[in-house]
Amino acid sequence: MADNHSRVAHQFDDLAQQQEASNLGMWAFLATEVLFFGGMFAAYAVYRSLYYDAFVAGSQHMDVLLGAVNTAVLLLSSLTVALGVHAVQRGNNGALTRYLLMTIALGATFLVIKGFEYSHKYAEGLIPGVRFALEGPDHVELYFILYFVMTGFHALHMIVGIGIMTAMIILTRKGRFSPEYYNPIEVSGLYWHFVDIVWIFLYPLFYLIQVHP
Amino acid sequence: MWDFPLLPEAASSTAAEVDALFWILIGVASVFGGIITAGLVYFNIRYRKNSKASRAGAVSEHLPLELLWSIVPLVISAGIFGWGAKLYFDMHVPPENAREVYVVGKQWMWKIQHPQGNREINELHVPVGVPIKLVMTSQDVIHSFFVPAFRIKQDVLPGRYTTTWFEATKPGEYHLFCAEYCGTSHASMKGRVVVMKQEEFERWLAGSRQEESMTASGDQLFRQFGCVTCHSQTSQERGPSLHGLFGSTVRLADGSTVTADERYIRESILNPGAALVAGYKPLMPTYAGQMSQEQLFQIIEYVKSLGGPQIAGERRNP
Amino acid sequence: MKTVNEDALQKNYITAAYGIRSWLLTRDHKRIALLYLISITLFFFIGGFFAVLMRLELMTPQGDLVSAETYNRLFTMHGVAMIFFFLVPSIPAVLGNFLLPMMLGARDLAFPRLNLLSWYLYMVGGAYTLYAMVTGGIDTGWTFYTPYSTGYSTTNVVPVVVGIFILGFSSILTGLNFIVTTHKMRAPGLTWFRLPLFVWSQYATSVIILLATPVLAITLALLGVERIFRVGIFDPALGGDPILFQHMFWFYSHPAVYIMVLPSMGVVSELVTCFARRRIFGYRFMAFAVMAIAVLGFLVWGHHMFVSGQSVYAGMAFSALSFFVAIPSAIKVFNWTATLHKGRIEFRTPVLYAFGFIGLFTIGGLTGLFLATLAVNVHLTDTYFVVAHFHYIMVGGAVMGYLGGIHYWWPKMTGRMYHEGWAKFSALILFVGFNLTFFPQFILGYLGMPRRYYIYPEEFQVLNVLSTAGASILGLGYIIPMIYLLWSLRKPRTAGPNPWNAVGLEWLTPSPPPTHNFDKTPVVTEEPYAYEEKSAHGG
Repeated sequence: MADNHSRVAHQFDDLAQQQEASNLGMWAFLATEVLFFGGMFAAYAVYRSLYYDAFVAGSQHMDVLLGAVNTAVLLLSSLTVALGVHAVQRGNNGALTRYLLMTIALGATFLVIKGFEYSHKYAEGLIPGVRFALEGPDHVELYFILYFVMTGFHALHMIVGIGIMTAMIILTRKGRFSPEYYNPIEVSGLYWHFVDIVWIFLYPLFYLIQVHP
Repeated sequence: MWDFPLLPEAASSTAAEVDALFWILIGVASVFGGIITAGLVYFNIRYRKNSKASRAGAVSEHLPLELLWSIVPLVISAGIFGWGAKLYFDMHVPPENAREVYVVGKQWMWKIQHPQGNREINELHVPVGVPIKLVMTSQDVIHSFFVPAFRIKQDVLPGRYTTTWFEATKPGEYHLFCAEYCGTSHASMKGRVVVMKQEEFERWLAGSRQEESMTASGDQLFRQFGCVTCHSQTSQERGPSLHGLFGSTVRLADGSTVTADERYIRESILNPGAALVAGYKPLMPTYAGQMSQEQLFQIIEYVKSLGGPQIAGERRNP
Repeated sequence: MKTVNEDALQKNYITAAYGIRSWLLTRDHKRIALLYLISITLFFFIGGFFAVLMRLELMTPQGDLVSAETYNRLFTMHGVAMIFFFLVPSIPAVLGNFLLPMMLGARDLAFPRLNLLSWYLYMVGGAYTLYAMVTGGIDTGWTFYTPYSTGYSTTNVVPVVVGIFILGFSSILTGLNFIVTTHKMRAPGLTWFRLPLFVWSQYATSVIILLATPVLAITLALLGVERIFRVGIFDPALGGDPILFQHMFWFYSHPAVYIMVLPSMGVVSELVTCFARRRIFGYRFMAFAVMAIAVLGFLVWGHHMFVSGQSVYAGMAFSALSFFVAIPSAIKVFNWTATLHKGRIEFRTPVLYAFGFIGLFTIGGLTGLFLATLAVNVHLTDTYFVVAHFHYIMVGGAVMGYLGGIHYWWPKMTGRMYHEGWAKFSALILFVGFNLTFFPQFILGYLGMPRRYYIYPEEFQVLNVLSTAGASILGLGYIIPMIYLLWSLRKPRTAGPNPWNAVGLEWLTPSPPPTHNFDKTPVVTEEPYAYEEKSAHGG
């Protein structure tokens, strides 16, 4: 294992300061992300309260089952990330690699399922501005615009997350992490959990409207 | 000695009060600006580097002083806020007896319709001493109806109605501007408001009329679009009668109530399902895209002519 | 990681390495600050060029110099260049980048690579926006109001919006870096209430950047989606709500005003204390006032929309909250003035800018009260009164503070002194030129001249000519400092570590500082602005 001193960048005094800084940095970044998605959630809230019927009508076209499967997939991926952090804490880098690979696989599964959903929407003519043929209440198009924008940005975050996890695997294979130094894993995990949580909000807001009339 | 004005003309009933508030603000700003300037100048001279003035007893904390210049501005602000808010509220609520004029903004002109049937472009003739309520909409982008001499300004939006009102107090001609940037010829989207004495205005109305009254045009459209088949006083199975509707409180199918104003009538024509009257089925088709903004205004004017809640006793309340 | 050998100790951050690569790949916060300085100066002069053309057009009531199409592009691109590419990054990315680590006693920001990435994002966003300007421009106004921007304008809306979207991430990275650095990298003994007010103001600004910028990003993204796919998010003809766009836009763009002016307030606190040789009056009130402005700034966006058709009661709430912002602003102005009491005031160039700031910001702030007053706002909004008001805040305030800071820290950044006589002269003509340019616009606004008009009724001409005359003086006031500051680079590095005899950790380093700032991490044992103690010890 490489000695910890070389892990400390020149601007920091010690490893503890560096780790606190990168943790705080990620939390600050997530605050930005909350507001980024917050803008979309605000638009969603305004339009849902104005055009509730249209949102109910739109949500009828969602595949609740696929959405539920995807929710389960993401929850599972959060678990594997947490297990990965646990593994590196115990110095088991082999397990860490396996858990990170599982996380990536689950993330990819989510994206594939999402892709199927999108292509179904295309076939049904439910993509505003591209192919939209739904006769419904006024403003039903707005529901689908928000659906695609919000799930689209979420998917983009998933792709970035998979990229980060790939980088973490490479660093793990290079033997960069130890029970004393695993901060990048922890911080990447924070990001991954955040992206999962966004989906936890998106799923009921888009798929489960009609359950609560 | 001035050949250009420094203050705008004040030609409406609210202009004087807005000006009064403005001058009070000037006063407040002058006092505070004066204190700061005096402080800066005095300290800079007295405590310049080489002056012999005593520096003994200098303090860097003084809670009472800090509180003083926190609380005094707060109190003054509260007073100005209250007055400004009250006046703003008044500027939003037209008097009962206000005469209506309909305004449609489009790139880049103002189209104006008087209920009597007179139409104007980039000109608005009004009588002096009569409150005028403007019901406005845009057929493209956002505009803003601005008459500096009256101290009124109101954005004019596509897809909804906004209103403002004024009562002119001085005959004359005043600038009308579009104040919200609306594209290439924004700066040319201006005109004039002509305020006339009552008799002159009546003469102008009679002399410049090219078509029948808005009520009459609206009545005609009411038949032409077939509204009459469901909304007549006799056939009320499919749609409610519109007699005595305007200004009344309507109970909707979802249990809520709305006031039947211009916005409500417009919404009911363009998006009938959105506010369904209690006791009726959603049978009415939308008329969105079939009527111009001017025609909508004419139908609204016709519905108004059918009376308000004062004859509501005759209305069948389902 | 660099190894620090004997030779490097003699070198400063400029001479530490040579060649273009050493600049373009640098992670030194001081070098990145210089990269930013050059880039934003470029945008400042681009934005200024547009302003000159506008003022020339407005000399006559007719449209004789440029067409309506051109004029609309000019004011839009002036706003975009000045606000997004100059004012927002100005003090944080230049002075903040250079000074924040040194004021904290740190060797660099927490994330030097993100800092460099931030500059590259700025350059990519800037290059893209410049490209959009050159290939047709944009005519929506910097406010991008829908439905004009999404359904009607035929100009390069999407490229400019993409440019600003990218730029937003540059701001966010800077803000994130500052927050983490301030929290985690303060020197031993440097408690929160020993921080210079410049650091407080950078911190408050960073919080705003972090929380407001993403909302602008998503708003512009939705705008782009609406324009590209012709789907209705904000356009009422397609089922959207244009008022929602205004709410989302101003949720960023009002706090953005504080992104521009709070850092200047921090600079002014440094300058006034140094040249009055006094501790700041009411340090804690000053620190809390900055944070209060940052928080309140998020609650007042609706005051841009008093005539937009939002509800009367929403208008009242936003008006009341806007008045609250006046309180911390008043505290700041009064406390700066009180700091002068019993000081030993030395009239050097930086403090002249600080006094200019206090005067102009006071006028800008007080005219803000006019605009916060609902009934008066109805008459004034979207007129030249608003134009004058925000130029007093953003040019009279933010730019004066920025230039004051540049003059104050120039010897620290370059090791050289500029010509004091020319510097004082240009500070003076800036002040005069600024007032002559913008004070007549208050009167024009009350007279009712709407903004964004390239032709106007004849009775407004005299005031417009005055304003244009002032602008020519103002322009000179910006060009002269360019010349003598550049000229100073030819002189030897004789400024010394602390030419103003100032307190603050940045003055403990040589000028220019070495790459790692401090040979030994400083330990802080006293309150900020301990000028009286310093003179008592014969310092």
